[in-house]
Amino acid sequence: MPEYPLSEKMPDQLRTPSGLPFSAVTLEAVVAGTVTMADLRVTAEALEMQAQVAEQAGRPQLAENLRRAAELVAVPDEEILAIYNALRPGRAGRDKLLALASELETRYRAFRCAALIREAAES
Amino acid sequence: MHASKRAERRAARPINRDSFIDEWFEPGLIISGSPRDPEPSIRIAGGRVVELDGVPEDRFDLLDRFIARHAIDVSMAEAAMALEPATIARMLVDIHVPRSELVRLVSGLTPAKIVRVVDCLNPVEMMMALQKMRARRTPANQAHVTNRREHPALLAADAAEAVERGFAELETTVGVSRYAPLNAIAVLVGSGTGRGAALTQCAVEESLGLKLALRGLTTYAETLSVYGTEQAFRDGDDSPWSKAFLASAYASRGVKVRFTSGSGSEALMGHSEGKSMLYLETRCLMAVKGAGAQGVQNGSISCIALPESLPGGVRGVMAENLIAAMLDLELASGNDAMASHSEIRKTAKLMLQFLPGTDFIFSGYSVMPREDNLFGGGNFDGEDLDDYNVLQRDMLVDGGLRPVSEERVLAVRWRAAQAIQAVFDELGLPPIRDEEVEAAVYAHSSADLPERDVPADLEAATAFLERGGDAVDVIRALARRGFTDIAQNILAVEKLRISGDFLQTSAVVLPGGRVRSAVNDPNDYRGPTTGYQLAEERRAEIARIPQAVDPRTVGAATVGEGPLLIECGPARAGERTDEIVIALGPAFGSALRETLLGLPHRDVLEALIEGVRQEGLRPRIVKIYSTSDCGFIGHQGAQLSGSGIAIGIQSKGTTVIHRCDLQPLDNLELFPQAPNLTLDSYRVIGRNAAKYAKGEPVLPVPVQIDNMARLKYIVKTTLLHRRETEQVVPGRPAEEVRLA
Repeated sequence: MPEYPLSEKMPDQLRTPSGLPFSAVTLEAVVAGTVTMADLRVTAEALEMQAQVAEQAGRPQLAENLRRAAELVAVPDEEILAIYNALRPGRAGRDKLLALASELETRYRAFRCAALIREAAES
Repeated sequence: MHASKRAERRAARPINRDSFIDEWFEPGLIISGSPRDPEPSIRIAGGRVVELDGVPEDRFDLLDRFIARHAIDVSMAEAAMALEPATIARMLVDIHVPRSELVRLVSGLTPAKIVRVVDCLNPVEMMMALQKMRARRTPANQAHVTNRREHPALLAADAAEAVERGFAELETTVGVSRYAPLNAIAVLVGSGTGRGAALTQCAVEESLGLKLALRGLTTYAETLSVYGTEQAFRDGDDSPWSKAFLASAYASRGVKVRFTSGSGSEALMGHSEGKSMLYLETRCLMAVKGAGAQGVQNGSISCIALPESLPGGVRGVMAENLIAAMLDLELASGNDAMASHSEIRKTAKLMLQFLPGTDFIFSGYSVMPREDNLFGGGNFDGEDLDDYNVLQRDMLVDGGLRPVSEERVLAVRWRAAQAIQAVFDELGLPPIRDEEVEAAVYAHSSADLPERDVPADLEAATAFLERGGDAVDVIRALARRGFTDIAQNILAVEKLRISGDFLQTSAVVLPGGRVRSAVNDPNDYRGPTTGYQLAEERRAEIARIPQAVDPRTVGAATVGEGPLLIECGPARAGERTDEIVIALGPAFGSALRETLLGLPHRDVLEALIEGVRQEGLRPRIVKIYSTSDCGFIGHQGAQLSGSGIAIGIQSKGTTVIHRCDLQPLDNLELFPQAPNLTLDSYRVIGRNAAKYAKGEPVLPVPVQIDNMARLKYIVKTTLLHRRETEQVVPGRPAEEVRLA
């Protein structure tokens, strides 16, 4: 079971998206350019651990949100913005949304996000 | 009608600039209990909700469907819904029922049922419930940091001051949206200055907001608005699903998110469906919960004056705060918009969140003057900071702020303003001149700052975003220019994104890059002595407001002053019928040298002497050592006076005219309010005493009435009287004295 806060209790198990250990994120490394903004991001693994922490604390909806987030880690910013905009009222029809859901599933294995989009499509 | 002068005066009071209306449910102008609000009901079939508050599944609107699907725990629903509202309401205030049990129970309730439950509670009970139900044990506060000129140095200085004052989150926004990246950078730099730990956000349109967050220029987002009716949601250009997706999108980048709702928005948008504000807000909150957001800011927010125009409006706003906490959401409880013209009403409203404590008592306390608040002004603003700190101190309540010395405030303002100057220079943004830095440190508002080249700033802001500028660029710039402390502090917060630690409910960052949330600091209130308690250190911090003085230093005689009086041996009983004794308190002219008002004892004594002489009588001065009480001083003096008349005077200036045959605490004239006595008054007192001795008719000395005198002087009175009492020598006879 993950111990919270992860940054204090289990920093050894944290990695940046490019695989640097948590402890390697120092000011020196930032200045030297070995750490970039791309490193200052959460990973799917850390989000899964946070989902478990939330679940343990009795917050199933927050856990579900964090697991959807874990799926989106790999999805580029522009695609995320496009999906968000498609979900807004009157933007995309049912078929468009269903297609977006399938695409998320096949390209990113984002099953939970896909389910959310399908639900929106049917609503 | 001919109004009385009193009515005219009342009509001009600030409270009467507020709007008040009667309830009218059709357009949703009712706080709770609209005839159109549904009866609570639920039906579960096949493991899902098939009827919600009287609406069968096939007639669900978007919100019903989302709530039924995501916000109700079907395993709890039937048992929870079977309970009477009053039963659940009593559990909320029952210290023997833990928070966790209530959270579980509430997860099985429908919106209409939740409203019925809180409608059983009066405001004190709601405060008790909120104290138990808020998610994080330690309360905190959020600041608004904006200014009309969108001046980066002022933003950075204000952000730094906000952090120094203890605000855990800083929210900025823009007047012109293209400023967003520069404002975000300025607040980020300020947030890392000094104590240097706060989450920051920039309230802008959703996709721009997301972009800033992705670049690390902000670390949380708050303005994900939700609404209680389908049509209002559409007008807000979102659906529950798009908001839920957006919440996940932010979380996927390690950005904290809280939603925004609040009563009155649906009525304002013309889409209330005739339902009450509290019912619709509860639907919002359940949508927030269903979306998996960790928290919400509510408490009517920018609509606050609308519920406040209605009966029960302030109570209703508190009820919606409580409901958010019951749903186990982080609660930033409003107070971020002007609630009234009346300071009394604003403060009374604040107490409902301040006393029980919430995760963020203000979801935006305007740390600068109201005129610079681009959100429109908070319920409290920069000019009220001392008031707020005193409220904390008065009640020993942790309102999330720290009293700070002006010296410290200026130090962090300088540091932040210079840091943003360096960052702009390093990043090739339009220069910030030295005079702008200095003006930002000492300004009252942005009106005190030099003009900037606005088109150049806007162009640079856009270019910064286009070239992919981000927080790492800012950190590097700071480090290169020697602002290593600030660079470290910002990095410590940004680094936490990797862990996702501040995505948990009610998270704040503490100095040193630590996280405090409802997970590692859960509210465990179970009655007196449990839950959040002021630690000794924090109590001392709250008590130590800069205005507080050391009482030991009050009224101390100036060193090096020569003697005022010469003692000439024990006083004898006088024989001359033309003498008036002036009896002085034991510290007069020695341990103390001036009255409460600061009149030198020499001047006071000379005025009394002059008054007596003007009536042709002879003053004789004695010093009383056996008592410090004004009546007894005068009484002793009268016993020594050949005429039987004496003036008794304490060192603080309180004076009495006494006669030897009166009881000690009786008198001819008493002047209990020393602050209202001038040297002229003392002269007249001398004359009146002489007239009493001559048996002439006397017009009592006119004294000004100052209602504030006691309020202003009671502390000093106490301290000066203590000094006088210290000089008392029991049993020592009166001493004959003369002016040195």
